[in-house]
This record gives sequence, structure tokens and C-alpha cells, in this order.
Amino acid sequence: MKSLKLIFSFIILCSVGVYSCSDDDSVNDNYADSFDRQVMLANWADNLIIPAYQDFNTKVAALKTASDAFAIAPNEANFSTLRQTWETAYTTWQNVSMFNIGPAQSTFLRSFLNIYPTNATNIDANINSGNYALQDINRKDEQGFPALDYLLFGLAETDAEILQFYTTNANANNYLTYVTDVVNRIDALTNEVVIDWEGDYRATFINNSGNTANSSTNVLVNEYMKYYEVFFRNGKIGTPAGVFSAGMQTPENVEAFYNKDLSKNLCLAALDALQNFFRGTIYNQTTTVESLESYLDFLNTMKEGDDLSLLINNQFNTSRDLISALNTNFYEQINTNNLPMLEAFEALQGNVVFLKSDMMSALNINIAFESNDGD
Amino acid sequence: MLNTITTYLKQPVKAAPLAVFRIIFGCLMLFSTLRFLSQNWVETYYINPTFHFKYFGFEFVKDFGIYTYLLYAITLSASLGIVLGYKYRLSTVLFFLSFTYCELIDKTYYLNHYYFVSIIGFLLIFLPAHRYFSIDAKREPKLAFTHIPRYNILVIQLMLFIVYFYAGLAKLNSDWLLRAMPLQIWLPSLYDLPLLGDLFQKQWMHYLMSWSGMLYDLSIPFLLFYKRTRVFAFVLVVVFHILTRVLFPIGIFPYVMILSTLIFFDSAFHEKIISVLRRFFRLKDQPKNVILEWMPNVKNRIITGLLVVFFTLQFLFPFRYLMYPDELFWTEEGYRFSWRVMLMEKGGYVQYKIVNPETKNWFYVDHSQFLTSYQEKQLRTQADFILQFATFLEGHFRTKGIKNPEVYVESYISLNGRLSQRFIDPNTDLTKIKDSWKHKDWILPFNDEIYGF
Repeated sequence: MKSLKLIFSFIILCSVGVYSCSDDDSVNDNYADSFDRQVMLANWADNLIIPAYQDFNTKVAALKTASDAFAIAPNEANFSTLRQTWETAYTTWQNVSMFNIGPAQSTFLRSFLNIYPTNATNIDANINSGNYALQDINRKDEQGFPALDYLLFGLAETDAEILQFYTTNANANNYLTYVTDVVNRIDALTNEVVIDWEGDYRATFINNSGNTANSSTNVLVNEYMKYYEVFFRNGKIGTPAGVFSAGMQTPENVEAFYNKDLSKNLCLAALDALQNFFRGTIYNQTTTVESLESYLDFLNTMKEGDDLSLLINNQFNTSRDLISALNTNFYEQINTNNLPMLEAFEALQGNVVFLKSDMMSALNINIAFESNDGD
Repeated sequence: MLNTITTYLKQPVKAAPLAVFRIIFGCLMLFSTLRFLSQNWVETYYINPTFHFKYFGFEFVKDFGIYTYLLYAITLSASLGIVLGYKYRLSTVLFFLSFTYCELIDKTYYLNHYYFVSIIGFLLIFLPAHRYFSIDAKREPKLAFTHIPRYNILVIQLMLFIVYFYAGLAKLNSDWLLRAMPLQIWLPSLYDLPLLGDLFQKQWMHYLMSWSGMLYDLSIPFLLFYKRTRVFAFVLVVVFHILTRVLFPIGIFPYVMILSTLIFFDSAFHEKIISVLRRFFRLKDQPKNVILEWMPNVKNRIITGLLVVFFTLQFLFPFRYLMYPDELFWTEEGYRFSWRVMLMEKGGYVQYKIVNPETKNWFYVDHSQFLTSYQEKQLRTQADFILQFATFLEGHFRTKGIKNPEVYVESYISLNGRLSQRFIDPNTDLTKIKDSWKHKDWILPFNDEIYGF
């Protein structure tokens, strides 16, 4: 009898102990000889993510000021300022697009701000009827930067003709209102995300430092990968170059289709942002802090393997060289000679192998999101 | 000699250990099935995916859409039947069939634990686990026996021996012992565990864990078998499995193993458990001793033959990898159903390319259109998955108007911390390949060497 009791109380004690341990996401003090994910998360939040959002917020505020001024006085000067602030804000957006976590995820920031190609037919219909609710997720391709791209660059052939839509057109007021509404929505969403990051979300993000599927590191690195593959590699280059559509190029799918001369710059800005995040480069500076690069280096010195972070950086640089050599206007590049686009795509592909296969494996970050049991 | 063995195997022993095992196994399956349902896995694993990866030879096994839940209802009630020993044969047959059927729907979800459960479910059909302390025995006293031939208990013990010992053999390789892989990758990421997290950053700890894991697996069945070391061994079992539960997401498997090893304890221990249960449920006292003798009748002869064949297969099947060239960890030919657990960390990348031979146009496939992320994860590292999906894509794009699509893959794998290496020959048109037991010569050779089993 005694042995029975002993054995079972032993099992129960251990199991209880396990449950309380394994479900415990508590955080320990820093260890000198280990890589501390929490320090990395704090760096990401304080040196990369929040400053990037704040900068973006400033640029969006400037866009809003410009659009308000344009609504009051739709003249050439204000129109040109509006276009300029749009371009700056759109370029800065590339720095934060990948951080689809927390408030950005819950507000669907990326979906509302940058789904392209934009739906020009629906936008026209909205303007004519004056009846639209931009909060509707089904209207995500009728707003954001791509909608402004159409409204500021795509309504007609020449700049003068475009401006007429806001001045002499019978529906001029509706056009002005739509532009203002779209800009206000960008502004409101951005504000919401920035305020949350500056407030409670920062601590939530940093404290969720374990290695579970829902931990900040795992979620953000997975988002980073998804952004790299889907929104960056495919969205900016692969899809318009026809990589997924049986050799049928669809140049009208390039980012900033109506402005056109912006597509390469947006792509390069996004590439820089991706590499900066990998390297842990402090926003708008050159100093690096703990990030994926130093994490890989730390793990690497331990197992004396190949220098993975060097390979990844080299591949980023190769990709940058190839993209820089493209026409500033991807639409034109695809129409005249698609081959360099495909070569750029292959270079970006090369880093998917290093990032997704080698890095994720080295960091022991699970790619599957669903919960599941393992062996 | 043979006589001594058969006498030993036929010798009547108390039925309590097998009855307790039946109850424990039934309870665990009840719990595990409920857990599976509560996680909504039936839907995410079986109903939602549009495509399923089939086991070679089991392509006919289909999910039943929403009616897949019926299979789980069967598993659930059969588990209850096993616990209670109610309509035992029917329960065990239904349990084995329904559980195994669900496993066969999609090999994405293959786990050695599930294989183990299927095997135990199969063995229980032929074991008299319902002859003692069961509803069947109570309702039909002529079925009730207090003693059963010894081999019935040895069968379960032998199966546990195979699981542990083969898992130990598989660890006798240079990656596990000399490079402390993959623990060297897995352990450091668990830095936030209390106490252990700190130690897991040290390289000596990775080696210590690797070597002790190997020694544990190889020795534990023997330590459990000998009376003098049994309690010590059981403490090891509990510590080891609880540790794996802390370190890795392995569901209820640790509890299955811990509780299964109780079958090594002597019958007095199990009778105590039963008397506790009797008192708790206010059941009547034990019946008089009745011994179930092994009779050389047709049924028993068939069962004996079946068990001999079954265990011969169990001993040989894990070694089938020897018939394939190249590294087992790389090709994974003969990897499944061999008790190889926790041996590899694989990262992978795969991209399908469809070529229309008439126009020479090509394009890449967006897998997420067809596969869940769990399925994609398995697809990345296993050649048979890669081939099966290629065949599916061939059919899919035929219906999309490409007459004879060619399917190629760009595929890379990083194995146990090695830098990614190309896995599948990018120039092989996979639509020309048929899956078989033969070596897949379109897998590129592994450019390193792993020594050992």
C-alpha cells in the first residue's frame, strides 16, 4: 500500500510541478553568457519599431496637413505639396509595414493602408455616390496609399487635367472629400497604432519573451518572414513580373502604379528596412543593437558552424545591387525587359532559403502557427 | 529448452496487471480524444484542409468531412468500453480501427506516439484484459478469470522494450553523440525556464543531455524488468518523461509512457490499485481464483502465430533503412514507424515551378492556396510529401488548361545545424516519377557523413 501511495504522489507531484513550470512565462534576470531574448525585444521596441512608427506618424501628420490645406485651397502649389507629402509618407511606410503584430494586426493597418492594385472603379463609384464607409474591410482596396496614388496621379494624363477634378469638375467637392477621408483614415489608424505602442503594448510585447508559438519573438519573426515572402518579394516584384501567373506579366500590379516612378524607391526602402531589422540597426542611425544577426552570431560561436548572418547580409546586398540596377519605373522595366526583374526575384529567393530554412531552424522558431504536438 | 520457454510463457500469473493496464490505457485514450476534440483539431487537421497527404498504399483513406466527428465518437465510446471492460472485443476492435483510420487520413500528423497507440490498440484485441475486474467478467462469470497465461503481460512489456530500446539505438549516431545535435539547437532557445534555462546555454549540458538520453533509452527496459532495479528505473522514467514534457510540446505522450511502464511492477502492486478502486466504487470483493489455461486450440494457435509474425516484423521493420543508399536523416527513407524520436532539427524551403512544355512558359506556385501551414511544414523536408504534392499540382493545372504540365521543385534543407543544401534535383520533372518502395534517386546526395545507426 505504501509503495502505491508513494509512487502516485510522486507522479502527481512531478506533473503538478511540470504544469506550473511549463506554463510559466515568467522572466528571469539577465544571464551574462546567454542570449537574452528580452533584451532583443526591448531593442526592437525602443530602437527600431517605436521610432519607425513615430517617424511614420509625423510623415502622415504632414500628409494630413497638406490634404487639409488642399481641401481649403485646391491650387497647384497645394496639390504639389500634397503629392510630395504622400510620396514621403508612402516611402516611410515601408519601414513599418513588416511589423504586423499587436495593434497593427488588430487594426488591419497594412490591409487598409497598402493593398494594391487599388480598385479605381469602386473609388470612382464611391466619389460619385458620396456613399461609402472606409471602415469596411471589404473596402480595403479603395483606400490607403494606393487609392491616393490613383487620386493624385491617375485620374487623367496630365497634371493640369488631374487638378481639374478638384477644381472645375462637377463633382470636385466629392473628389476633395474623398481624398480628405482617405488621408484622415490613414492618420487615424496610424495614430491608434502609435499610441498603443507608446502605451501598454510595449510592455506586453517585451514581457512575452518565451519560446512558445505565441511569444513575441516567434510571432514577429514569422511575420517578418511572411512579409518578406508575400508582401515584399511577391508583391513588389514577383507578381507584377508574372512569376506566379504562367509567364503572363501583370505590370499593372506594381506598387504605385499611377505614379510609376516610385516603384523602385519603395522597393529599395522596404529592402533596407528588412535588412535593418535583421541587423538591428537603430532607426535612422548606423549603430546596431541586439537583433537576429547578433542572435545568430551568438548561437554560431557556440556550435562553430558557418557564418549564417554573413551569408544573409551578402544576399541582402546582392539583392540590393540587382534592384538598384532596375528602371526606377518597374512598369516600364517589365514591359521592356522582364529578365532583370526575374533575376532580382531569384536573388530575393536566395535569402528565403537562408532566412526560412537556416535561420528559423537555428533559432528554433516554429514556422507553423497552429498548436500541435510533436514527437 | 523450447519446452522451458513455452512453459514459462503459458504459466498462469495474476490478471491484475493487464486489467490495470487496460483501465489506464482506456482512460488516457479517453482523455487524449477529448483533448483532441477540445483543441478543435478534427476541424483544423482533417476537415478544413482541401488536400491530404496519403500514406503509401493507403490512398483510399478519405476524411468524411463533418462526419469525421463520427469516427471520434466511435474512438471515444470504444475507449470508455476499454476502461470498463464492457463488450471488450468489440470495443478494442472499434478503437483500433477508428483510431488508426483517423491517423491514416493524412500523414502530415504522423507521430510515433500515435503509432504506438495504434499498436497497443491492436494488441489489446488479442489479450484477455477483460477477464478480470470488468463489466464483461461480472455479467458473464464464465468469462471471469483471476489468472491468465504469462505471455499476455509479456506482450505489452516487449512492445515497451522495443519502443525504448530502438529509440536508444537510433541515438547511437555521430550527430547525437559527437555534435550534441539537435539538442544544441533546441535547448538554448528554452532560456527562460527556471533553473534549467541557465544551464541550457552551456555546451557541456547539451552533451550531458544527449548522452544520458541515449543511455536512458537503451537501459530502461532492462532496469524495469529486474525487480531489484525497478523502483529506481521508475523514478528515472518519471523524471525523464516529465523533463521531455517541460522541454518539448509532446502532448500526453509522457503520461502514456509513464503509466504504461507500471505494467513492469508485480501483481501485488496492481491488486492494491484494484482494491482501492473496488473500495472507491463500492464494488464486491474479488472472486475465487480461477485460472485461464492456455489450450492448444485453433484460436489460440492463430493468435500465437499472429503475435510471432507481428513481433518479428516489429524487430525487423525499423531496420529497413539499411536497404536504402545515402543518409537516412537526409532522405528519410525508412524513417517513420521506427521509433526515431527527436533526432533531427530540419529547416526547409520548397518552391514548386510549373512549366508548360508547349509555350515554355513557367510560373511558381503559391502553396498556401492548397495547404495549411502544418502541411507546408512537413512538405518542406520530406521527399514523399514533395512528390505527392507535385502529382496533385499536375492534376490541378491540367484542369486549368495546361495539357502536360511539368512540375519542378527548388528545395533546400538544413539538417541539424548544417547550412542549407539543395534537396531535390531541380531538373527532375516530378510528373514523370511514381512513388514506390524503391530509393528516390531524384533526391540529391547528402554532402556530409553521419555515422552510426
